[in-house]
Amino acid sequence: MISPRFQPLIRTLRRLFARKVVLAAAVLLACVLGVALLFPALSSADPNALSISERLHAPSSVHWAGTDELGRDVMLRIIHGARYSLLIGFVTAAGAVLLGTLLGMFAGFFRRLDAPLMRVVDAMMSFPDILLGIALVSILGVSLWNVILALVIVYTPRVARVVRATTLVLRELLFVDAARALGVRTPLILWRHILPNLMSPILVQVTFIFAYAILAEAGLSFLGVGVPPDIPTWGTMIAGSLDYADKAFWTIFSPGVAIVLTALSLQMLGDGVRDLLDPKLKKTV
Amino acid sequence: MSAPETPLAPAAARLEVRHLSTSFATDGGRIQSVADVSFAIQPGQTLALVGESGSGKSVTSLSLMGLHARTSQAQVSGQALFVQRDGRTVDLLTLPEQHKRSLRGNELAMIFQEPMTSLNPVLTVGEQIAEAARLHLKMDRSAAHAHARRMLELVEIPAAAQRVKEYPHQLSGGMRQRVMIALAMACQPTLLIADEPTTALDVTIQAQILALMGRLQKETGMSMLFVTHNLGVVAQYADAVAVMYAGRIVESAPVHALFATPEHPYTRGLLACLPGVARRREMAGQLTTPSAPRRRLVAIAGQVSSPLDPPPGCAFAPRCTSRQTDCETAMPSLETTAAQRRVRCLHREVHA
Repeated sequence: MISPRFQPLIRTLRRLFARKVVLAAAVLLACVLGVALLFPALSSADPNALSISERLHAPSSVHWAGTDELGRDVMLRIIHGARYSLLIGFVTAAGAVLLGTLLGMFAGFFRRLDAPLMRVVDAMMSFPDILLGIALVSILGVSLWNVILALVIVYTPRVARVVRATTLVLRELLFVDAARALGVRTPLILWRHILPNLMSPILVQVTFIFAYAILAEAGLSFLGVGVPPDIPTWGTMIAGSLDYADKAFWTIFSPGVAIVLTALSLQMLGDGVRDLLDPKLKKTV
Repeated sequence: MSAPETPLAPAAARLEVRHLSTSFATDGGRIQSVADVSFAIQPGQTLALVGESGSGKSVTSLSLMGLHARTSQAQVSGQALFVQRDGRTVDLLTLPEQHKRSLRGNELAMIFQEPMTSLNPVLTVGEQIAEAARLHLKMDRSAAHAHARRMLELVEIPAAAQRVKEYPHQLSGGMRQRVMIALAMACQPTLLIADEPTTALDVTIQAQILALMGRLQKETGMSMLFVTHNLGVVAQYADAVAVMYAGRIVESAPVHALFATPEHPYTRGLLACLPGVARRREMAGQLTTPSAPRRRLVAIAGQVSSPLDPPPGCAFAPRCTSRQTDCETAMPSLETTAAQRRVRCLHREVHA
């Protein structure tokens, strides 16, 4: 018997997964996440183990996704790469949302801060994502954490815009005046009355930026300004094996599929969450 | 506290407003939204502030609460002497923000017109009522929650223990206005400002809400400033009435006197607009203008003057039926005509 405390949660999940696409996306993501987290703990197989005699072998029962130009097992590297790709996606999403929410909320709530903050945000948004990323990594230097930092800087303005727009609407609503009429201080109004109302756009942004960051990392690594090549991410795998793609398509096909499926699942889940949280679609019980 | 201890004349009334004026900066220049408004509310009494849209009645209440949007660049002058629970008299308009915040929601509460948007959609109603209790009564979480439930019972919400955990969207409009009242009453304020609290509700619910507010007022002895444009509500629930037109009070009187013997032409016009009154006058043969077919509702001719370009004399002069030349030269002052009766008119109707 399930405790009645969890009833609303279960009802919400049931509504979220009513769309089969969303359910499939969630299952797929859970698999990716589970494998990425559990497999390296259970198996000591080294994703960087070279085996020159087995270079560019086609997928077989031994090497499910074949081997690359140095004889490394592609499947093993995809599994290990998932950890880095998911880490980059998650940390980027969290960082961008944290910074962007702060910026957007202050810009939207305090009219004096609006113009100065948002002009900076606009300037940053005027650069194409990947170009800004390349520029930032070039300045910061190639490393895993610098890539994350660069991606946070790239995606923060996007969150700030969305959060600011929503805050502008919220601050004019009567319940903010009502809170003030109750003697609530401005910081508490921001924390208790504005922020919780921002949760649905923020949650949607998290899932989208998660997906974008995985793609962007792959793009940056592919262009050589991302994660150093010795760390197996999906992006570095494609970049490293590109020269052999005509002879052994699996070396880039499999990591590509991993990127597409993960990013697509995140997008689908994000769509599902957005539909669930959109008050226009919400029915009063 | 650090309230400026200027020697304020002691006020017997719970709230005495003197010469309140509020102006706003707009693209077309500074407009005078409220001018020279004075009134007093005795403890336990209700003053109704009546007027049409844009007459400045809501601005008056917001000025008292100090809730003007910062972007509107409101300039407020005058005095609003409020007697605190501890007996001290403070001027609400010059009070430091911190002191005012300690009064808001505590001794001074407000109910808004729109119950649909004045509750936070993502917090349960219990959490919202508890917020006020924690803020001003310094209750801890569980005490404040229990207090919230008691408040819901006080405003006659059935199954309060269940409702306290619900979100605003799960409640009907009438229920939400009850929650707003519970929210306002949470700290037992001595003055409740109700800004058209029943306008957004349907008529049967209006009556329930008004009866509830009347009951709570009787039980707690709070004073009420009741902002409305519904004269029927005024007749039934208010003790005194102040009629506003174009930002000024044009007539104030005890409720029975105002309805029985309206002295200002605008007040008379308003009362004539009431369907019941119109029919009675019509029956008596008083209102048979050739142009108006019988049984049409009466309306005051013309429109409210633009606040950007007010007429030089009496604001109501352009629409007034008993207008004379001197009305158009200077704004008449608010004259005391009888005990508690004041009228802003040079040619007021004198009753025998």
